[in-house]
Amino acid sequence: MWQILSVGLKSLLLHKLRSALAILGILIGVTAVIWLVAMGEGVSYQAQQQIKDLGANNIIIRSTKPPADALRGGGFIIAYGLLRADFERIVTNVPTLSQAVPMREITREARYLDNVTDIRLVGCTSKYLEMNNLRLARGRFISDKDLESADNVCIIGADTARILFPYQDPIGQFLQVEDAFYVVIGQTESKTPSAGIGGSMSAQDFNLDVYIPLATLRARIGDMVVTSRAGSREGEQVELSQITVTVRDLEQVDETADIIRALLARFHPVQDYAIVVPKELLQQAQVLQMMFNLLLVLIAGIALLVGGIGIMNIMLATVTERTREIGIRRALGAKQRDIVSQFLSETIVLSATGGLLGVFIGFLCRPAIVGTRALVGSLFPDVISSLPPNIQQLEPRLAWWSIIAAFLISVGVGVLFGLYPAQRAARMDPIEALRHE
Amino acid sequence: MAENKMAAQVIDVHKDYVLKGGITVHALRGVSIDFPEGDFVAIMGTSGSGKSTLLNLLGCLDRCSSGKYILAGQDVSQLSDDDLSEIRCRYLGFIFQSYNLIAQLTVVENIELPLYYQGNTSKEAKEHCLALAEMVGLKERLDHRPFQLSGGQQQRVAIARALVNNPRVILADEPTGNLDSATGEEIMQLLEALNAAGKTIIMVTHEPDIAARAHRTLRMRDGKLEQHTPTGALA
Repeated sequence: MWQILSVGLKSLLLHKLRSALAILGILIGVTAVIWLVAMGEGVSYQAQQQIKDLGANNIIIRSTKPPADALRGGGFIIAYGLLRADFERIVTNVPTLSQAVPMREITREARYLDNVTDIRLVGCTSKYLEMNNLRLARGRFISDKDLESADNVCIIGADTARILFPYQDPIGQFLQVEDAFYVVIGQTESKTPSAGIGGSMSAQDFNLDVYIPLATLRARIGDMVVTSRAGSREGEQVELSQITVTVRDLEQVDETADIIRALLARFHPVQDYAIVVPKELLQQAQVLQMMFNLLLVLIAGIALLVGGIGIMNIMLATVTERTREIGIRRALGAKQRDIVSQFLSETIVLSATGGLLGVFIGFLCRPAIVGTRALVGSLFPDVISSLPPNIQQLEPRLAWWSIIAAFLISVGVGVLFGLYPAQRAARMDPIEALRHE
Repeated sequence: MAENKMAAQVIDVHKDYVLKGGITVHALRGVSIDFPEGDFVAIMGTSGSGKSTLLNLLGCLDRCSSGKYILAGQDVSQLSDDDLSEIRCRYLGFIFQSYNLIAQLTVVENIELPLYYQGNTSKEAKEHCLALAEMVGLKERLDHRPFQLSGGQQQRVAIARALVNNPRVILADEPTGNLDSATGEEIMQLLEALNAAGKTIIMVTHEPDIAARAHRTLRMRDGKLEQHTPTGALA
């Protein structure tokens, strides 16, 4: 076996350029498989991570503004969305929940001394922190007592803290929103903003938040939001922006979502809410990933096919060129299968070398992507910043199965495309072959 | 001579080729020859006389259309391709006009080749090859490639290769055809020495003075044996 391979290697070294080109064909194919799959895995990992951040056990119900012709209430005040009654109904009627968190959010201007910034003012309960995988950097979060007494306390996001309280500890300071002041009792750690998932879940950034007890928000600001725009005034009345429920058992998520859908449909003649089930999104993302991988493997397979044809071409030329050698070997007692194994071993050496090099280059995927991004970023910063965050942050993830598969396929391609030239060599008439000049 | 064991025996052999136009060529028309062990035969004849066809049959590279070819006690005239390869491997040694060494292999690897196809890659086999290389005077050039050797040296490698499997019959096709007369003479002396050591040699040539070195000369014409000239006593 070793001798066959070493003879194969020697013959290949006789034609270095030719062998190198054949190897290159396979190398590109194998590298393509590994890189493409790594990119695909990277993209879908990102998406799945975002969905997992939402919590696979969670169901998110959000208020959405219905189309203009289907509105509740008259005049310039538009009332829509989830009601506090909806929250009560869900909590009392759905038995499979372990917790439910109501939330109301509005964009407001926050001020501390001369520092001003637009923030997302979030009225929520004590469980909001844990439910969104947020962590406290300092202080504490809203307690049940704060909720009960509708205290003027707040917890601020990392960016809010940076902008309003630069170079100082925000705890104990007073933050102003409209005409009310709130004592800062805690600050959350910075969290990487997530991109939107499909159309149902918009991008989420927790860093410019200010959290206050839900009851406080209701008392201080109320349900009504009035905006003046170019002379006309518009009022929106929303009781809750979002209800997030956690299902006790992952198996029951789908049924629970159905129950909630039916429950809300009874009290909402107009579709003024949306139900997002991260678990369903996750399943969709996984199906999508499978299809994506299939497509990539197909593309890469074509690259390998082209490489294989290259190998076959070169082996056919080699066989013709070495007709006389084949004749000599046959005269000295080589059987047809000896000739087959000789030429087959050459193609396998070619394709396996290409495969190994391809795997090696496959491992360089990450540095190559990161390097390219850095290079393009330094030359054309506008190009990079105009790309969506998914691409800016894309981390290729090498998939072990793709490396093993690519290598095995490359050897398989060698065998498959080497078989015909080898058979042709073996079937030659030894007398004719010996006479060949 | 009757008590001599036969190395090879050709009995009423015919060989027909059908050309592409449908024309049948009768290359051999009933040839019968006995080759006793230790024989040294020269086969002569003009081109087209059938001497190459006969040599191919003797070398088990081809099968006859009818008749029998008995080599080393067995009828090999109708064996399969694999079996013929096996026969070539065990019982025959080839020496060609153009040496036919394999370019990418070294001297010693070329000599080893028939043993490799026998599946014999033992240490003794290797030593045997070295001994043969020494016998043909190429001990100093074991790791040379064929293109680094002169014609005479290449033919010596070919002879060592033909001997490595200890064949019953050595087939030489114009062994001196590509060599100058001095080198040719050396090769002939080597062949004579082998014959003296008991090897059966069948040689095709068209040079009468080379043919005269053999014990006897067979002349071919139009696919038939024309003349059977016994020369001298067998060794």
